[in-house]
Amino acid sequence: MVDLKDFRRISDFEWEIPRTYRKDMLVPVRIFATRRMLEAAFEDKSLEQAVNAATLPGLVGHVVVMPDMHQGYGFPIGGVAATRLPDGVISPGAIGYDINCGVRLLGSKIYIDEVEEHLDELATVLNMKCPSGVGEGGAIRLSDDELARVCRDGAQWARQQGYATEADLRRTEEGGRLEGADPGKVSKRARERGRSQLGSLGAGNHFIEVDLVEQIYDAEAARVMGLEEGTLAVQIHCGSRGFGHQICTDYVREFQSAVQRYQIRLPDRELVCAPLNSPEGQDYLAAMRAAANYAFANRQVLAHLARQAFEQVLAGRVASWQLHQVYDIAHNMGKIETHVIDGEKMKVCVHRKGATRAFGPGAPGLPEEYRTIGQPVLVPGSMGTASWVLVGTETSMERSFGSTCHGAGRVMSRSKAKKEVRGETLRVSLEKEGIRVRAGSLSGLAEEAPQAYKDVDDVVQTVSGAGIARKVARLRPLAVIKG
Amino acid sequence: MKKLFSPEPYRSPHRETRDDVPSAGFRENEHTADWELSVWAPDLPGLLEQAARGMYALCSISLDGSAARREHALDLTAPDSETLLVSFLEELLYLAEQERIAFDTFKITVAEGRLKAELSGAPIRTQGKEIKAVTYHNLAVRQGPHGLEASIVFDV
Repeated sequence: MVDLKDFRRISDFEWEIPRTYRKDMLVPVRIFATRRMLEAAFEDKSLEQAVNAATLPGLVGHVVVMPDMHQGYGFPIGGVAATRLPDGVISPGAIGYDINCGVRLLGSKIYIDEVEEHLDELATVLNMKCPSGVGEGGAIRLSDDELARVCRDGAQWARQQGYATEADLRRTEEGGRLEGADPGKVSKRARERGRSQLGSLGAGNHFIEVDLVEQIYDAEAARVMGLEEGTLAVQIHCGSRGFGHQICTDYVREFQSAVQRYQIRLPDRELVCAPLNSPEGQDYLAAMRAAANYAFANRQVLAHLARQAFEQVLAGRVASWQLHQVYDIAHNMGKIETHVIDGEKMKVCVHRKGATRAFGPGAPGLPEEYRTIGQPVLVPGSMGTASWVLVGTETSMERSFGSTCHGAGRVMSRSKAKKEVRGETLRVSLEKEGIRVRAGSLSGLAEEAPQAYKDVDDVVQTVSGAGIARKVARLRPLAVIKG
Repeated sequence: MKKLFSPEPYRSPHRETRDDVPSAGFRENEHTADWELSVWAPDLPGLLEQAARGMYALCSISLDGSAARREHALDLTAPDSETLLVSFLEELLYLAEQERIAFDTFKITVAEGRLKAELSGAPIRTQGKEIKAVTYHNLAVRQGPHGLEASIVFDV
């Protein structure tokens, strides 16, 4: 039985569950949290799930848990784990069903006082242009050949179609295209689902939000990103839709037998995995990358539709209605990266599930303009609350495999939220606060009520206190579009 | 101080069972982010049926009563009951998403890891929620006081 006294306190914001806590742990678990958050984490199974994750073969360093952690299935949400190449494992469940779920942020030179009167119309047109909700297909139908191109080329496919600019791609993690994707490793069923859903938000916690850049904390970084106080910004939060869900489903099922073949013992069947250098591991990696590229293309198509909505409503009414890309990041992904672990430079597969890559200044793969400030990190708050723009730091490279938090993190179950909050009441109270809501489902809205989440400001305060990200800007919502 | 990681005592879904609790059914459990469903039934075909009904209930699916009925046959094999359960529910999710149909009548047999099902249903009229996937998280089909039981976590 462990309680707080069994944690090793590293700082006010970092704690460790030592490897000795349970005999099947291969590495310690490091938790970024305040003492109060840590105690709150005892309420659900997120820490137990992190200990389970610490049993994956080939782990190096430690399993990292972010302050927005909450219980998931198998691997906790807010978890990061790195396995060594070539023989460490890759685990589809440690990346999640919504492969490359992520966030895109677009900035503008549109000042709030110029457009206040048009915001209602903007919300309505965005909602009309951007497909969302249960059972809704996407804006684009693909043939099997086109889908294969989306899998291989990601957001670069969108560029060829005229849905993206060169700057959009430059300011996307991996340029919007992961190398090594192979649509041949994707099942027929996944392809079928993928063909009809490109350019759609989906339901659940996914959204498009129009925000106001309310406060700047790092003037230089904000200037480089083109974020200015008093201007509008747009966030797009979604992933690879049914395509990614099916790929993860297929491989979790297939890996049930792979763990037997490779004699891997795990505390939870959802953590099933295969060595990175096994045929099974390689197949999943290639399929996961196809889904990741699909998600990059999906957010790119939605960004294109959002730009059309802004043009339709604002062109001719304000001096500038253009939206420029700030960045696009993944928060459910497995990536091959090089990190320094225990003083040794090592190639590893970093699993991030509900955690954002947060590379510091000078890290490889950042566009020229972000090389000195570090990689932008986008942290959406819960609906109706603030969102944050941060940047990665040297400390995130040293302590968390170049990763940080991804959002507010749930604290209340969906069923409880539905019981305690009425969708219509919530809509009215959000509107009173000046937040326009366009939601396909009122009960879906209730499940995403702000009180079902932690306070995103506390989460950001914690990662910033720990040094694994630095604050750049705080955004306030003006309009929310969701399924 | 609350104890961390105390191994959760095995909780039967029938914990609060009184004599009038049906011998087969489903119930939603609290889960911070996803959905967890407890299902119980005298045998595996019954358990599969309850899981299907429970999953449709979580999605708030209603059928179009005025449309022509739709029949669907399934033939699945799996190395264990848990995989059979996951595969069966995944089939139903797929049919709900791609064909927009769901079922209210189930004729299921299971023998030596092979499931055969004759399903009857109708086009979906309304659906409130979407399930991304059926997970294996802590999934175990176990003996309970009324036959078999399992808890299924869905990613939503």
